[in-house]
Amino acid sequence: MNFIQIDLCGARLHAHGSGALHWPEEGLLVVSDLHLGKSERIARRAGQMLPPYETRDTLARLEGDVAQLDPARVICLGDSLDDDAATAGLDASDRAAINRMQGGRDWTWIAGNHDPAPSDLGGNAAQVVQIGPLLFRHIATPARGEITGHYHPKARLGLRGKAVSRPCFLVDRRHMILPAYGTFTGGLCWRTPHLRGLMGADARAVLTGPHPAQVPLPRMAA
Amino acid sequence: MTALPPRFTDWFASRGWQIHPHQQDMLDRAADPALLLIAPTGGGKTLAGFLPTLVELSEGAHEGLHTLYVSPLKALATDIKRNLTTPVTEMGLPVRIEDRTGDTSATRKKRQRADPPHILLTTPESLALLTSYEDAPRMFAGLKRIVVDEIHALSESKRGDQLMLALSRLQALCPGLRRVGLSATVEDPAAIASFLARHPDPCEILYADPGPDPDIAMLETDAAPPWSGGGGRYAIPAVLEQVRKHKTTLIFHNTRAQAEIFFHELWLQNEDALPIGIHHGSLSREQRNRVEQAMVAGELRAIVCTGSLDLGIDWGDVDLVIQIGAPKNVKRLVQRIGRANHRYNAPSKALLVPANRFEVVECVAALQAVKERDLDGDPRGPGPRDVLCQHILIRAAAGPFAADDLYAEVSSAGAYAGLTRAQFDACLDFVATGGYALRAYDQWKRLKQDEDGLWHLRDPRAGQRIRQNIGTIMDTDLLKVRLKNRRGGTPLGEIEEGFAATLTPGDTFLMGGQIVRYEGLREMVVEVTRRADREPKIATFMGTKFATSTQLSERILRMFRQDDWPELPKDTRDWLHLQRERSQLPQTDRILIESFPHDGREHTCVYGFAGRNAMQTLGLLLTARMEQQGLHPMGFVATDYATLIWGLDTLVHPEPLFDRDDLRETFETWLAGNAVMKRTFKQSAVISGLIERTTRGQRKSGKQATFSADILYDVLLKYDPDHLLMDITREEALKGLVDFGRIEDMLMRTAGRVDHVVLDRVTPLAAPLFLEAGRVPVEGAATERLLAEEAARLMDTAGLDMDPGAEKRHWRVPY
Repeated sequence: MNFIQIDLCGARLHAHGSGALHWPEEGLLVVSDLHLGKSERIARRAGQMLPPYETRDTLARLEGDVAQLDPARVICLGDSLDDDAATAGLDASDRAAINRMQGGRDWTWIAGNHDPAPSDLGGNAAQVVQIGPLLFRHIATPARGEITGHYHPKARLGLRGKAVSRPCFLVDRRHMILPAYGTFTGGLCWRTPHLRGLMGADARAVLTGPHPAQVPLPRMAA
Repeated sequence: MTALPPRFTDWFASRGWQIHPHQQDMLDRAADPALLLIAPTGGGKTLAGFLPTLVELSEGAHEGLHTLYVSPLKALATDIKRNLTTPVTEMGLPVRIEDRTGDTSATRKKRQRADPPHILLTTPESLALLTSYEDAPRMFAGLKRIVVDEIHALSESKRGDQLMLALSRLQALCPGLRRVGLSATVEDPAAIASFLARHPDPCEILYADPGPDPDIAMLETDAAPPWSGGGGRYAIPAVLEQVRKHKTTLIFHNTRAQAEIFFHELWLQNEDALPIGIHHGSLSREQRNRVEQAMVAGELRAIVCTGSLDLGIDWGDVDLVIQIGAPKNVKRLVQRIGRANHRYNAPSKALLVPANRFEVVECVAALQAVKERDLDGDPRGPGPRDVLCQHILIRAAAGPFAADDLYAEVSSAGAYAGLTRAQFDACLDFVATGGYALRAYDQWKRLKQDEDGLWHLRDPRAGQRIRQNIGTIMDTDLLKVRLKNRRGGTPLGEIEEGFAATLTPGDTFLMGGQIVRYEGLREMVVEVTRRADREPKIATFMGTKFATSTQLSERILRMFRQDDWPELPKDTRDWLHLQRERSQLPQTDRILIESFPHDGREHTCVYGFAGRNAMQTLGLLLTARMEQQGLHPMGFVATDYATLIWGLDTLVHPEPLFDRDDLRETFETWLAGNAVMKRTFKQSAVISGLIERTTRGQRKSGKQATFSADILYDVLLKYDPDHLLMDITREEALKGLVDFGRIEDMLMRTAGRVDHVVLDRVTPLAAPLFLEAGRVPVEGAATERLLAEEAARLMDTAGLDMDPGAEKRHWRVPY
């Protein structure tokens, strides 16, 4: 299967290679940091004109996951839009894609640091959502049972002379940080002291990709 | 004949010199709009280039900038300044000379723009930057001459294209500007001339006396060269013996890794403790400066080096050049030989050291080519369009422009003479709007057109960003290496980020001739400690692998037609005879394919003689096609002359594999997903201004200011495959590492004439391939498999179990 099973605070979760987190028991799908409208913001602010297809691509991948897993509920863990003005950059087909996914589902936008939860894209808005033992918010505090995003963790691994760099889930016995789901989202190295400091000694990373792989989080360089 | 002013003749006389004929020629033709001088090193080339300038300036009437000198190396600009200052001071000429490079201070740079010197010495990048300022017309007013040094080197890279575009701009600002190119010996001077001249102006080519033939031979060693490999380690005692016999020896290697390993081994055997240094492009500037200074001071008996010493700077008393490994390219060999003996009219002395038995053949072929002065080289393709995109940005930073004018300007650069208006407009559209099929950024265009039709920056502040991103040299993926200590540590050099990522603390590698131990990565700096007690585990970082030139490969194939090879050493000669007996020797107009079992696997060896890069590509394509045919290929290895493929099944009908159309189709599919394409895309994306250079500051802060070029590539491939940048990427990739052109040449040359020899064991010519490094597994799922294995190993080492069932017991905490 294209996921790695992780048990966190009694919940059995599936970390998918796409970067989505699935909780089959609750019919819940969680994605983080979609950053819709990012290329438009970059052009607006920095005058750099990146390929304007990343919103389309992010939504297409999400539609793929939603179609495959058919969740009853979807939570977007914040920074769903790249900034306040980004909704304006979504075109009709992007909005239609969001609408299609929301049909017949409970859809929650969690507020991020780039955006307050979007108000005109359907679904509900929230700061925090609690389901059973798990708590869903944008930035890790970190508390037991927290599922968060924000940091865009990325793992680098040397494989017999070949380097692989992949967005990754970070998880320890207390909490979990999701990779960024958006197509044009950079990453923060898993060795970054701040990120490493959020995770316990037993932390692991689940690398996204065609076949997700689980590795221990490297210890800090002395 | 233009007579030298008395001041000059007196000065020449006082030195006991006479003006060289080619220096007089340069003076006589000083009014030519373009002039190319081909001269060997040590031929007074620089003075020849500057003499007309000094004569014109000696009258003291000229105000402002008179001559621009551009060279590929900063160090060369500094060197030339010193060399020019001597005659200027001694003759008391009213001439101000300054250099301007990336190392020049900001205040000084500012002053140079306000009050330029008579002669400004600079690099292509600094010149491009100068043309991007709005005050460029004022600064360059009155400019008469431009001298491009080492133009043969510049003409081989995008830096040269950038320079020529900058010249097209200068020519528009100063219509009377005269161009002079100074070049080493090249195979096609006319091509360099048309690269230099304003198209379609003529460009006279002047030749200095090439001097006597070099004294060049193969180094005789006690030990025979090994069957494979590229290090030349076996020759170390003989090399040391030569170093002892000469004053100063340059020991050239083809790659940095090989230079490092050789240097390490050399010191292990250097019982007399002869002072020997190392110099290559990955070492820090401090390290290189130290070696260069020791060299100039005559303190070193030898320097182990790479192409970083190919160019210009005068090293004083080099009296021997040793080339380790086959030279791959006759022209480069001749230029390297020229590094020995800078005295005019004395023969240069050089020795070749073949690294393995096949290279013996290649070295003999190269020696013959040098004797016959038969140089090689590939024709230059059309000017790269990513560089043109950057030029358009630079032009926009300097102020509003009309598209018609700019098109006329850039078409006057030889490399862009064939650029169509449609191609130009596509580049302009890309720079202005992003050029996407989906019209997305109407509000945020980079360039806008005003009512008069002039193009200008939408946001004038963008000029600053454009200037920060000028240049075509890509060094963004390098990490600095420092010795770890309390005070920051001594910089040692740079390694590729990808290589650094494969290191784990405790790994050792060679850097600047010392074994260092990887300690960790801190703020994007690789920290290492000295560690001399162990063999280096890893020694592969950076270094281009040159492919053997077409001409040299042909020469080798011609040699194979001989009945016997008295010019070869006995062991190599016997080896070729044995090959002829068991199988056959490859021929120019046929493809030889050998199939034989070995070690439980079926092997197929294809002798294509198309150079390393093309043979590598051929390996990837053939294994892909064999996979389709169900032959279960498992891997391959490629050299300059052959590709060896192994797998589970015997190849029975090789002919269909070489069908040109099928091969091209496989190539198209393969290319799109290839890492070479992604690497090329990244370079073109940076050069063309789609993404910005990563500065160390940005990376240090860890902000997400950069975009993964790989992702951009994937997105474009999926949603906008015909985008200009994808087109540029294909064009550039085909020119470079993929080298599909040479595969096509091979297919043309052999036209389906395949000789398939099936044997029961390995043939003599194929045997060395089994020892070659760089075996490529046939991938697909291989990366994923490696990842899974590595993950299991790491989890195991960490004492973590991957079985979720077991994990549950271990991890579950009652809520």
